[in-house]
Amino acid sequence: MNQSFNWDAVGDSFPLLLEGFRVTLLATVLGTLVAAVLGLAIAVAGRAPSRLVTVPVKAVMEFVRATPLLVQLVGAAAVFTSVEPLTIGIVVLGIHYATYTSEVYRAGIDGVPKGQWEACRALSLSPRRTWQAVILPQAVRNVLPALGNYAISMFKETPFLAVITVQEMVFEARKYGTDHFAYTEVFTLAGLIFLVASYPTSLLMRKLEKRLGH
Amino acid sequence: MSDFFSTLLDEFPQVRAGLWVTLEATVLGSLLALLLSFVLGLMAGSKLLPVRGVSRVVVEFFRGTSLYIQLFWLYYAMPQLTGYELTPLLCGIVAFGLNYGAYGAEIVRGAIKSVPRAQYEAAVALNMTPFHRMRKVIMPQAWVQMIPSFTNLLIQLLKATPLLWLISAADLMTAVEHIRSRTGETLTAYLLLLAAYFVLAYALTLLMNLLERAAKRRLGLHTGAGSLLKSRTAESAATAGGAR
Repeated sequence: MNQSFNWDAVGDSFPLLLEGFRVTLLATVLGTLVAAVLGLAIAVAGRAPSRLVTVPVKAVMEFVRATPLLVQLVGAAAVFTSVEPLTIGIVVLGIHYATYTSEVYRAGIDGVPKGQWEACRALSLSPRRTWQAVILPQAVRNVLPALGNYAISMFKETPFLAVITVQEMVFEARKYGTDHFAYTEVFTLAGLIFLVASYPTSLLMRKLEKRLGH
Repeated sequence: MSDFFSTLLDEFPQVRAGLWVTLEATVLGSLLALLLSFVLGLMAGSKLLPVRGVSRVVVEFFRGTSLYIQLFWLYYAMPQLTGYELTPLLCGIVAFGLNYGAYGAEIVRGAIKSVPRAQYEAAVALNMTPFHRMRKVIMPQAWVQMIPSFTNLLIQLLKATPLLWLISAADLMTAVEHIRSRTGETLTAYLLLLAAYFVLAYALTLLMNLLERAAKRRLGLHTGAGSLLKSRTAESAATAGGAR
């Protein structure tokens, strides 16, 4: 029962997949944005002087990081039924990856020499000014490639959103596959689209890493 | 709430079977990944360009196309194309093995490269065969470097196993999902499921930390018992040879 590869189905489904790809990209970009901002907030909170802040923050982060994204997504979609699936997807992706990016920021912040902190104190800068004008500009620059790599990982995990009925690329692929019994064609095509999009980006990140001297 | 737990008790055999499937997929998938990591990682260090090239292409292919797609391809597309059909669990094991094996290859490659050049030269000076050199000098040192990154990958693989639910392999997620739909206790069901995965992840981390301690001991590096409880940071994964 070997069926040959049906090229018509490839041509036929391509526009649909591209349509879905736009949602995939949207989710990746917004998800990365949430992860980048929230991750920074977590990293700064992790440096708070009080243990009442740092201990709970750390515990929640460990929990989110050690549990599957798919369960988090399906769970969130089932609990918050009134929220749009795409919004849930972006927020959950963002929170999940924030637990990773916060570690990246933490390493970046740890990399800022101690003398910089001491200088801020000597100049009696407020904590706010210390973070904004001195620490973060130095810390964030070095973490850009690592953040980029997490964005690529997230991109490759966006198909999870199909499970909570977000109409991204894999959702469209599955639908087309079911309707026309052409799973081989659509999944091959979808895989290649992922490869074509992610490989050059990861090369770019590697180049950026080299330029920043990692 | 009590409804949920009484159903859970009723369906305990299914939950246990599901847990078993999840563990099976994790263990067998990661063994396959480990094997592939070493094969592809050692190939990447070859002097021969074609060998290096094959390793590079395979690694980039399986890293670049999403795991999700690979799993669906094996489950939906392969029977259509070849007539062969794998059981859902086997699909999962193969997909996890291929995908994480590709990531693991980068870890192996990076760790071998990180062993100081002088070690290599000393082994050459002692007239060791290439096999002996790798087995006795390079690998024991590289292995210690690899374990933390492998721990990260193992946890990620565990976290990917709920995907089995989507291809109707009766894993832990499937079992709990079934109880949820019967009782309607959504929040309890998912919190319990998350907690279960958290416990599994922590247990695996602990085992891997033990392994790391043993490997360090063999090199004469001793670590305190405190290091066993630490969980791995995500950051080491991001920096270890571009493991993503």
